[in-house]
Amino acid sequence: MSTTRNPDSTGSPGTAAATGSPAGAAATAPRPRGGGDARAGRRVRQVRELGILLALVLLIAVTTAVNPGFLAAQSVRDLLLGATLLTILAVGQSLVLITRNVDLSVGSVMGLSAFAVGTLFVAFPGLPTPVAALAGVAVGTVCGVVNGVLVAAARVPALVVTLGTLYMFRGIDFWWASGRQINAADMPDGFLGLGRVTLLGVPLPAVVALLVVLAAGWYLRNYRSGRELYAVGSEPQAARLSGIPVDRRVFAPFVVNGALAGLAGVLYAARFGTLDATVGTGMELEVVAAAVVGGVAIFGGSGTVYGAALGALLLSTIDAALPMLRVDSFWQQAVVGLLILVSIGLDRLLAVRTARRLRGGGSRGA
Amino acid sequence: MGPEVGTAPKAAASPGADTRSALRRLAGTRETSVIGALVVAVLAASLLVEGFASGRNAGFLILDIATIALIALPMTLIVITGEIDLSVASTLGLTSAVMGQLWVMGLPLETIVPLCVLLGVVLGAVNGLLVTVAGLPSLAVTIGTMAMYRGLAYVVLGDRAVADFPFEWTGGATARLPGTDLPWVVLLIAVLAVVFGVVLHATPVGRSLFAIGSNDEATRFSGISVAWTKLWLFVASGAVAGLAGVFWTLQYGSARADNAFGLELSVVAAVLLGGVSIFGGKGALPGVLAGVLLLGVIRNALSLADVSSDVLSIVTGVLLVVSVVLPTTITRLRERRPRPAPS
Repeated sequence: MSTTRNPDSTGSPGTAAATGSPAGAAATAPRPRGGGDARAGRRVRQVRELGILLALVLLIAVTTAVNPGFLAAQSVRDLLLGATLLTILAVGQSLVLITRNVDLSVGSVMGLSAFAVGTLFVAFPGLPTPVAALAGVAVGTVCGVVNGVLVAAARVPALVVTLGTLYMFRGIDFWWASGRQINAADMPDGFLGLGRVTLLGVPLPAVVALLVVLAAGWYLRNYRSGRELYAVGSEPQAARLSGIPVDRRVFAPFVVNGALAGLAGVLYAARFGTLDATVGTGMELEVVAAAVVGGVAIFGGSGTVYGAALGALLLSTIDAALPMLRVDSFWQQAVVGLLILVSIGLDRLLAVRTARRLRGGGSRGA
Repeated sequence: MGPEVGTAPKAAASPGADTRSALRRLAGTRETSVIGALVVAVLAASLLVEGFASGRNAGFLILDIATIALIALPMTLIVITGEIDLSVASTLGLTSAVMGQLWVMGLPLETIVPLCVLLGVVLGAVNGLLVTVAGLPSLAVTIGTMAMYRGLAYVVLGDRAVADFPFEWTGGATARLPGTDLPWVVLLIAVLAVVFGVVLHATPVGRSLFAIGSNDEATRFSGISVAWTKLWLFVASGAVAGLAGVFWTLQYGSARADNAFGLELSVVAAVLLGGVSIFGGKGALPGVLAGVLLLGVIRNALSLADVSSDVLSIVTGVLLVVSVVLPTTITRLRERRPRPAPS
């Protein structure tokens, strides 16, 4: 689906993004960061994304061979619905990761947003679905702004801040819910039926996720500010010196990620109908895992949202496929862990090879 | 996260400044504020919360924080070198599951316990090798092994629970020191804290940890085996997590695959609250112990005062954020308006 061509349509930011590691890489083992020649980088990215796609196709093929029921319309629809949440969260997380930050609070934000939507329906039973959805997204956006301000304005490490807000948002959620649970009966059928609405046979939430992926991918590839996110993640200092408004470029992804986590909360509420204060607990590391499996470097400057989306899809497919393959579902997490290790190992290998090729190849294009 | 985000030259441990710099580190900074906060919290809780200031309660408090305190010790050293180990809670879970399974298979606990610690060593070594030999970022590696070890715990034990450990062992885990209300585990924590503290603050190895965290390339060029050092730290972290797994299992009398799920973030939170910089190169063990205790005291006091535990979550988060935002903001304000600082 994606081939991320021509990464430097905007000139200088592309160059800044491309001048990341090789210079420093000569002496020591380079950290696997994006970087390198634009062409080499593009090749690596294609190999990387094709790799996940291949793994995905292989997994689906094997599973279908063993159990033809896997590709039945219903189970595909379930799979897509299941992958939706993770995909949306992985896209948001990738934007943050690319700027060399991380947002650990997404699980809590999603939970808070889901509970807010449920509470709204309890208070106003006749509330139109779009209003409720907007409210959920708004809750997420506010949380994202809090994270963004703390990281970008107060210049505090994102890992620490979002670990703090992970606890804060979750605490607020618990305090607000105070043991209550909201059930499907409290929400209108129109809202709960969102998952059953289809567009050309594709469930509406999956369409939304696809639109999110495409929009974010388009933005990252074609907008100057999108390219600048990579520059900031590759080398914040250099980005600042080259006149990129680093703080704003760090701030915006947190807000977008918050909004997307809010959206995920809305979709969660619509899909599962049962809401308490624990919704989304522990989700943060799964989301980071999906992005990392998809080739988004944990130290910024590299990766695409298409990769992250494929990573999310692959993880969800593993979830769905293992029972079909009659593999004990207890193996699922171990397999995911192994996959993460293989992915980052692969990234490292590709980065080393790119760096070696660049060192031999001399000049760098822009 | 990136170890080289702050490219401004950080104060690397200069040769010669050993005891003095260690003392100054303890006197000047974040550690003192955490310890101050701890003192305030203890005083406030003793005055305001009925039943807080009793030996019995102190015993419960220590049992409550024992696991986090144990795991936080090696974690401090790891974070000071600019790395992180998120797999600790899963290592604990896997050790617990293996312990249960071996017990079901009929091995005596005298054999099982050392095997479990050994398992922790192996799991830590896997992390360490992936970080050092393969050169992968520890954040990503240990998110991977976090999933993998937890997954293996489920593979070993499924969703069963093994809870028929003999009482001499489960009761022994929470037994009090003779003549006091303190559980014996406080001795274990104290001994390990002294060992890690001495290594970190009073040996060349410890100084090299700060150096690695400040600038690991420069440290490598100065002839210190960065990889070897980091490998040992991860092994230590695994071993302690394995030990904590044994303790946890006996303390709660139950071996389950999901034991200590999510504990890694509590440990990291306590370490960061204790004043260790997430970028490495800064931090002190007394601060971390104060951070662990501070969270324990707050939780304990809140539950005694019948405040629901969700407030604790908010307090933890706020403390963590404030503890980093405040010093950073103050420094920046000072830099902006260069004026003779009153300190």
